[in-house]
Amino acid sequence: MLRAAVCASTTSDVMPNNDPAFETCVIGSALREIEQPKRRILDAVQQHSFDDSDIFALQLALEEALTNAVKHGNCCDPKKSVTIQYSVNNKRAVIVVRDEGAGFEPGEVPDPTHPDRLPVPNGRGIMLLRAYMDEIEYRDSGRELYMVKLRRQVDG
Amino acid sequence: MTEQRNSHITVQDKNGVKIIEFSDRKILEELSITEIGDELSQIVSNTKGVRLLVSFKGVEHLSSAALGMLIKLNKQVSEVKGKLKLSDISPQIYEVFKITRLNKLFDIKETADAALGSF
Repeated sequence: MLRAAVCASTTSDVMPNNDPAFETCVIGSALREIEQPKRRILDAVQQHSFDDSDIFALQLALEEALTNAVKHGNCCDPKKSVTIQYSVNNKRAVIVVRDEGAGFEPGEVPDPTHPDRLPVPNGRGIMLLRAYMDEIEYRDSGRELYMVKLRRQVDG
Repeated sequence: MTEQRNSHITVQDKNGVKIIEFSDRKILEELSITEIGDELSQIVSNTKGVRLLVSFKGVEHLSSAALGMLIKLNKQVSEVKGKLKLSDISPQIYEVFKITRLNKLFDIKETADAALGSF
């Protein structure tokens, strides 16, 4: 059954940057469903004048985070959902991605930049998240990914 | 020079080198990447000693899945004793190759002409 992404605005004190309002999207565990929440977050970021390099970073990080949640977290199980919560303002974008999988230990993912691992086709997603986001944290045994991108401010 | 148009890539033949360009600005979606990988795999597996140039002209975004596809392609090319080069990579995308150290795995040239001259 194809389930459309469901996105809504809510208020809560859950988001740690103290923004009272954030958006929530819930998608099924199919890769084609990650496009809508990605698009919504990137639109919000563009509306808040994040620059090209921030947008590049977020585009990449969102692709990696959402793909990981669908593929590795939920194993593309149609009975499982991925929940994306985000809050964007002129200072930062905060994004939380949550899957319903078994969890994992991020520290056990091997370093993909090791010479022996360069020819391995996968295993780079988390590394790219760490490189391109200003803050990332895995919570709840790896089922929840919290990440922050600070808006680059150019001193005038 | 002959040109074929496939759904995600175009293939040109120039001086015995197959030049691949991407039709999309973003190489992000897994399904597209799998299809691109399959198309390139077919080209390579039929051509012993293939000389392949993948140009990133116009590409603005790529994901780790795209990097994985290129790594598999690199392996397939070496299995047929061919050569693979990449070119026209934007500074932002080159940064992804540097961060992942894949700039050490691939033979990357600044332009297609530079790559063609180095086969």
